[in-house]
Amino acid sequence: MMERGLLSIEDLDREDIELILDTAFHMKEVGRREVKKVPTLRGRTIINLFFESSTRTRTSFEIAGKRLSADVVNFSPSASSLTKRESILDTAKTLDAMDPDAVVIRHEVAGVPKQIADQLTAPVINAGDGAHEHPTQALLDLMTVVEEKGRIDGLTVTIIGDITHSRVARSNIYAFTKMGAEVRVAGPPTMLPAQVESLGVKAFRSLREALDGADVVMALRIQLERLTGSLFPSVREYSATFGLDRAKLRFAKDDAIVMHPGPVNRGVELSHDLANRRPSVILDQVRNGVALRMAVLYLLAGQKRGAEEER
Amino acid sequence: MAGRVWLRGGRVLDPASGRDGRADVLIEDGCIVAVEDALAGVSDAEVVDAAGLWVAPGFVDLHAHLREPGQEYKEDIASGGRAAAAGGFTAVCCMANTNPVNDDPSVTDYILDRARKDSPVRVLPVAAATKGLAGEVMTEMSALVAAGAVAFSDDGKTIMDSGMQRRVLEYSRLVEKPVMVHAEDQTLVRDGVVNEGAVSTKLGLPGNPAVAEIVHVARDLLLAELTGAHLHVAHVSTAGAVAHVREARARGIHVTAEVSPHHLTLTDEATLGYDPNTKMAPPLRGKDDVAACIAGLADGSIDAIATDHAPHAVHEKEVEFTAAPPGVLGFETAFAVVLELVRRGQLTPLQLIGSLSWNAARVLGLAMGRLERGAAADVVLLDPTRRWVYDPAQGFSKSRNSPWAGRELEGRVLATWVGGRLVYQQGRGVLVP
Repeated sequence: MMERGLLSIEDLDREDIELILDTAFHMKEVGRREVKKVPTLRGRTIINLFFESSTRTRTSFEIAGKRLSADVVNFSPSASSLTKRESILDTAKTLDAMDPDAVVIRHEVAGVPKQIADQLTAPVINAGDGAHEHPTQALLDLMTVVEEKGRIDGLTVTIIGDITHSRVARSNIYAFTKMGAEVRVAGPPTMLPAQVESLGVKAFRSLREALDGADVVMALRIQLERLTGSLFPSVREYSATFGLDRAKLRFAKDDAIVMHPGPVNRGVELSHDLANRRPSVILDQVRNGVALRMAVLYLLAGQKRGAEEER
Repeated sequence: MAGRVWLRGGRVLDPASGRDGRADVLIEDGCIVAVEDALAGVSDAEVVDAAGLWVAPGFVDLHAHLREPGQEYKEDIASGGRAAAAGGFTAVCCMANTNPVNDDPSVTDYILDRARKDSPVRVLPVAAATKGLAGEVMTEMSALVAAGAVAFSDDGKTIMDSGMQRRVLEYSRLVEKPVMVHAEDQTLVRDGVVNEGAVSTKLGLPGNPAVAEIVHVARDLLLAELTGAHLHVAHVSTAGAVAHVREARARGIHVTAEVSPHHLTLTDEATLGYDPNTKMAPPLRGKDDVAACIAGLADGSIDAIATDHAPHAVHEKEVEFTAAPPGVLGFETAFAVVLELVRRGQLTPLQLIGSLSWNAARVLGLAMGRLERGAAADVVLLDPTRRWVYDPAQGFSKSRNSPWAGRELEGRVLATWVGGRLVYQQGRGVLVP
């Protein structure tokens, strides 16, 4: 499934996910060394093509590539085809002609990494496309939960927030259900997409019911600009109804952990106190992100030209 | 040039008379001079052996975009006319969203002038209902009709102001021409680009809900009832809209409707690969909507199949799904695509031909779409079983935006006559002008 890149979790099967996670746990060990570098991808070129700005994810991919000794190039054309008058495919084909071994793509519109991947020879890694998917985020979340709980099978995972506009939600829904967890989503009705159950989740309007018995609670970032889209009346009302704090967390299991893809709007979807300390594991997620992305780059950029090298 | 042509032994399908059976058709001096079970003693005629083939009235398209004037890089009246001829169309309505907009008799004149010189098929201009398609000031309908406009529409734009729409419908009674509406409530569509439902949720693309169309159709039906005007609902795509139109017809409201080949045969699942050539407005809908559109066509709630032929250049479609303009090519694939409904037993051949020709002509109040003695010889010869692979690059349109590109289709237009002139022959191409 991963021969042509990593475009979505939906495309992966359980074996693919297990292979990536196993590899990521090996990679994590590299990050603990004094010299955090291995020669695995020496001579390989990775392009981070970020049409939508993202300091965190881009930095994580960049560090991951560098720890594997790859040459990492960042390219951030900011505007869309519409305003820039250059097609996304032209941009991508231009970079492809420079023979990269992998291209990491983020774009604000769903489907763009796939549209580009259909035209490129290099494998494409989706670093987030619109409200579609963010596969490496879901994989690093799985990795973090495995570390915390020792398993995914049989867990109950509750995702809270603007599910409609969240690529993190979609990827995590696929990732956790494929690995045997029960996934629930909760949020104001205006933030739950049409026929959300078709994704294989249970939907709740009551946070209390959604949290009942949850092992993992994932809060999504609320984009404050959605206020103008009349999706919710005010920050105050959102934080009162769906913002997570220690009092509301009591509805979940005693040993429940709290996750967030970052960056956190403190006091909105997560209380300041909960964002800082356990049971939240936000910084572990970030740490695992580097190892997970190393694993993905190794599996995709590392094997592609193996045959060539042997000649 | 337009001598005698004897179409011999074909299955003649004439929806106006109800004829469906083996017969001969004789064309002379641009007109049909005989339709009989078996003609004999015809001399000096070019004989076309139509055994095993269908002989039908030339198709009439209520809805197409020829892009001239102003967007000739997508299509022009010459290329669009050629594509139409190759698709079996002998008359096509062209929408007003050109540049400049067809909101003035001078533009209508220009279109008809180009058509006379460049187009192998008849071109029927649809004029804008409001100036600049802005929904604020109505167009000079009398002058536009005098110039040759056959209907009025702000297609592509929606007149959201209900008071304005009421006045447009009311005023149209002066000229007794249909007002064609692109029925989508833009405040419900917002940034929606695919049908709202499981597919939009999976894709993570903004959804365009069925109710956006239904609300607008319901509003316009009430306004048609109030004004007594002829409302024509363009490209119906939802079960709810079909039900409203059916109910309104039963109440005697003067409403007609069309449906596109893509809304009859494709569902929103076609968009799952993010191909911008599956982006239309209104969007491809769910299975139940498609079934309702077919049922509406079969029971007469929907009058006609109209292509909504909407050419866009390759570079305009090879972009992010949200940035791509909506619309697909329609002329050259229409017959083969909708013939599937006959193979599935959902429409009879006569119903299908009627919805492509006579019914469409009746919406416009034009004497077309008939195989009658004395009628202009707008005729098409069809092979309902011929298989072919559609390649837009080999077609006649300037554009290539088709969801059927590379697909094997069954059913082919073999020849098209307009006013007795052979304008298209499969294998030879477009022959005139």
